[in-house]
Amino acid sequence: MVASRAIGSLSRFTASRTLRCSGYICRSFTRSSALLTRTHINYGVKGDVAVIRINSPNSKVNTLSQELHSEFMEVMNEVWSSSQIRSAVLISTKPGCFIAGADLNMLNACTTSQEVTQISQEAQKMFEKLEKSTKPVVAAINGSCLGGGLEVGIPAAFDMMLTGRGIRADRAKKMGLVDQLVEPLGPGVKPPEERTIEYLEEVAITFAKGLADKKITPKRDKGLVETFYLTELTSYALTIPFVRQQIYKKVEEKVRKQTKGLYPAPLKIIDVVKTGIEQGSNAGYLSESQRFGELAMTKESKALMGLYRGQTQCKKNKFGAPQKEVKQLAVLGAGLMGAGIAQVSVDKGLQTILKDTTLPALGRGQQQVFKGLNDKVKKKTLTSFERDAMFSNLTGQLDYQGFEKADMVIEAVFEDLNLKHRVLKEVEAVIPDHCVFASNTSALPIGEIAAVSKRPEKVIGMHYFSPVDKMQLLEIITTEKTSKDTTASAVDVGLRQGKVIIVVKDGPGFYTTRCLAPMMSEVIRILQEGVGPKKLDSLTTSFGFPVGAATLVDEVGVDVAKHVAENLGKEFGERFAGGSLEMLRQMISKGFLGRKSGKGFYIYQEGVKKKDLNSDMDSILASLKMPSQPDVSSDEDIQYRLVTRFVNEAVLCLQEGILATPTEGDIGAVFGLGFPPCLGGPFHFVDLYGAQKIVDRLRKYEAAYGKQFTPCQLLVDHANNPKKKFYQ
Amino acid sequence: MTSLLTYTFKNLPNTSKWALRFCVRPLSSSSQLQAAAASQTKSKKTLAKPNIRNIVVVDGVRTPFLLSGTSYKDLMPHDLARAALSGLLHRTSVPKDVVDYIIFGTVIQEVKTSNVAREAALGAGFSDKTPAHTVTMACISSNQAMTTAVSLIASGQCDVVVAGGVELMSDIPIRHSRKMRKMMLDLNKAKTLAQRLSIISKFRLNFLSPELPAVSEFSTSETMGHSADRLAAAFAISREEQDEYALRSHSLAKRAQDEGLLSDVVPFKVPGRDTVSQDNGIRPSSLDQMAKLKPAFIKPYGTVTAANSSFLTDGASAVLIMAEEKALAMGYKPKAYLRDFTYVSQDPKDQLLLGPTYATPKVLEKAGITMNDIDAFEFHEAFSGQILANLKAMDSDWFAQNYMGRKAKVGLPPLEKFNNWGGSLSLGHPFGATGCRLVMAAANRLRKEGGQYGLVAACAAGGQGHAMIVEAYPK
Repeated sequence: MVASRAIGSLSRFTASRTLRCSGYICRSFTRSSALLTRTHINYGVKGDVAVIRINSPNSKVNTLSQELHSEFMEVMNEVWSSSQIRSAVLISTKPGCFIAGADLNMLNACTTSQEVTQISQEAQKMFEKLEKSTKPVVAAINGSCLGGGLEVGIPAAFDMMLTGRGIRADRAKKMGLVDQLVEPLGPGVKPPEERTIEYLEEVAITFAKGLADKKITPKRDKGLVETFYLTELTSYALTIPFVRQQIYKKVEEKVRKQTKGLYPAPLKIIDVVKTGIEQGSNAGYLSESQRFGELAMTKESKALMGLYRGQTQCKKNKFGAPQKEVKQLAVLGAGLMGAGIAQVSVDKGLQTILKDTTLPALGRGQQQVFKGLNDKVKKKTLTSFERDAMFSNLTGQLDYQGFEKADMVIEAVFEDLNLKHRVLKEVEAVIPDHCVFASNTSALPIGEIAAVSKRPEKVIGMHYFSPVDKMQLLEIITTEKTSKDTTASAVDVGLRQGKVIIVVKDGPGFYTTRCLAPMMSEVIRILQEGVGPKKLDSLTTSFGFPVGAATLVDEVGVDVAKHVAENLGKEFGERFAGGSLEMLRQMISKGFLGRKSGKGFYIYQEGVKKKDLNSDMDSILASLKMPSQPDVSSDEDIQYRLVTRFVNEAVLCLQEGILATPTEGDIGAVFGLGFPPCLGGPFHFVDLYGAQKIVDRLRKYEAAYGKQFTPCQLLVDHANNPKKKFYQ
Repeated sequence: MTSLLTYTFKNLPNTSKWALRFCVRPLSSSSQLQAAAASQTKSKKTLAKPNIRNIVVVDGVRTPFLLSGTSYKDLMPHDLARAALSGLLHRTSVPKDVVDYIIFGTVIQEVKTSNVAREAALGAGFSDKTPAHTVTMACISSNQAMTTAVSLIASGQCDVVVAGGVELMSDIPIRHSRKMRKMMLDLNKAKTLAQRLSIISKFRLNFLSPELPAVSEFSTSETMGHSADRLAAAFAISREEQDEYALRSHSLAKRAQDEGLLSDVVPFKVPGRDTVSQDNGIRPSSLDQMAKLKPAFIKPYGTVTAANSSFLTDGASAVLIMAEEKALAMGYKPKAYLRDFTYVSQDPKDQLLLGPTYATPKVLEKAGITMNDIDAFEFHEAFSGQILANLKAMDSDWFAQNYMGRKAKVGLPPLEKFNNWGGSLSLGHPFGATGCRLVMAAANRLRKEGGQYGLVAACAAGGQGHAMIVEAYPK
């Protein structure tokens, strides 16, 4: 059983990463008889089946809290001791949620790893008792069941059922996690959600009875890991210690490679499984609870939990509902960005016009949208029918027909102020008064774009990240003149597109581009100092960036990088200096624009995953070579030169009011720029790593390179007063 | 739809095991009650409308409906359709050249005879000057054929139209895979040996795997039986209720057959086989026997089984529809008027089979009569669970308010007036042909039992539905 417990822990890890946990306020309803006064759990007996209903009050989801543990144990003891009861059904009365994992607030309240260990041990006791239950227990799961919630379902004595839409429930069945699926029901003589839970309960009771009468035997007799990964042959091999050692080693290597050792949890989990299999389940449980306790206290855990809270905040519209909901969207420019924006709109049911000026350009964009949807059909997350229905929300056209009905226009034309001005004037001539004009730009100040507008209160910036369908972030930029309703409307559309949203003030480079630019400048300097692109990539990824710094330049596009660097360089002067822009200019002149042109620092070929260095870059790098300064050029120093410039600029954005909150700064950096998630974003990083230490590093680099590294006032304030934190 | 029924069929126990025991059930259809109902004062004396032609159904026939894979298994669809047309000609003695137009409904098309109406008409000896077309609308295809006929007559384009429907589930078009088809087509176009060889070299064994006709609702990928099971669960209809209803259907059908009430059936001499003279799917069993069957779609806990679903059926039907004045001029005594009709559609996922619930109030309101005015209900029985769900939905204020935009419930059709001569569960359900059977059953019941208005309603794949009011022709 330890094997299956490992998946439980693994998904607990996932729980705190995919971040679906507590923290909402909602209704509480009680169905219990008046006699029972427990708050989280109640049960009733139907025939000889105890139906145990979980319903944490004042919360949208059930989480494994201490009270829930103890009430659960009470109820289970009654169930076990009652002679009337022969089996039990475990069900949540909350539609769409069984148990969403451990209560993050509970873990947050703990100050030492011992406390967490203790909580974990209590939970284990509960799971262990369940596992050894003499009476069959059926877990009827409707909706999310994560982490510890999954463990409640897993023990072999349990049978599980699941309702849910889509593939996830199917997969759970395939993996052997659940025994039966109950499809959600449609309308009857009461609301579908309510009736579905009732039905689930009815079916679960039949199963519980069947199990108690031994008419049904649970098919899932193998441990989870076995059914999941291994064939029978290999499961035999697993009984041989030597083979097991090999497997541990392999798994560990693989995990290390994927996480670069930055995320401690998966490694600890392997450790726990190892202990469990080699030394018996008791040792496994002990080890699990201890490791869990340790993990909960790590910086990574705190950073990730903080990030989770931030993401939840950035998934809400704090500007309220817009006066008029956007029903008809128009996107100008069917390029990579425009088509991407169209794709994330049509697949959420938003009517979207995609306009370009030439048929080939429009066709390319339409094909991009189709391909994006069709890829989901190939992965079986959509049916071909759903794809077609979504695709018919898209209208491709070359003229402004239908714009008189548009509620919002997002322009994604080339980054050229004159062009954007022309487009804005053209569009304003055809759109209705209430229509919002949003500009998708990564660096052009929205105020300058809005300067030619007849109605600047309706002009806003919506900065999407490429590829739009993959990148979660949307940076919304408001000018002094942008009205609150315009902002509410933009946030509303962004949320409907499934984005995590930060709202920042207008300024050169806004927030994200502005933070990235000094780091990019440093990247060029580091390359000039003789560090190869491959080495630089490995230094950045091992620090936790998902994409290496040199690769990032290729991905963004060398021309775009140069454009941004020149613009922002003019605005911010010396602070943004560092590497020589000559490198980018020479690359552009040779046609090395990055991935889109097939060559950049690396060579890109269609269908080839492995990328080789572009040897033609050698002469450019050689011609611009600068001497390095040995005392600030160790691997660690290189990493920190990049990160501290990033962090310093982020804190300056907060100081200048570009950013409204540190939370938005962290979310923007992590979700838009790939700032290491294990560090929780620049502001979490300052809090957890220590402002003083960062300032010390900046001063050291300042001594070598000058003003580019001068720490900003806010950062210095934090360093001077250790009590000052961005997150209290 | 096909697959689900194939499934149902496979799971049917041997007919021989199903002793044709007549299950006596308290059927509350005493003649007294009916007489009382018939003599009730109606909201309207007739549904005739000023300035609109009265349209009548002179008569209608059908071949016996047989379980697929039995006596009709070597036929083609147009053979069955031709049998229905010949039967109609024989029954009505209508001169072939009087017929202005012929329309047939069908669901699974035989690709060789995709306009099966035309092939059957030519074969049955109709004038080659009589045009014919084929319509498809899943289980309400022949309803569509009839209402198209009604529209043609009402608008003055035609006076005499034959409408019908056919389905032959014993043989379905199983195709080569798309890859194989593409290769074969490319081969056709290839001009040189080298070109042919290069095409053939691309052949792979998996090209040979066949492609079956639509196995499930295209938009939702869910089979109809699966949806029916979820529908039954949504309305909390138990397995027992469903089995009881199915037993009722079989028992009533058996009685109707024994008493010779199914007068629309015409004997059919099947080439190379014996003459078939009656439906062969009517098998009243016992609740105990039915309880033994395993769920056919949602396993292991579903409630829809082979015994409480309609089975795969072969059959054809045809009716003669005329303008009233034409029928009278030709000396006919019509059976019924075809009055208001409606088509509805709703969510094909969760309300796939609720068409009758939506169509019933709509057609009643259109005609200006109420549920109480109806003397004979003929609803298509796809599944017991579907019929019972529709009845519950019609009886629910909550459903009416939340899904139909009505203030109050539609109202429950009284069971003693409901499918009294059996239904699709027992008589069988050749998809394309059921509609005409429903209309003729309503017309014949009104004549036999007395009564003025009949209501025909049916659900269909795609989340569609239909209802029509049939008014008895005064004797």
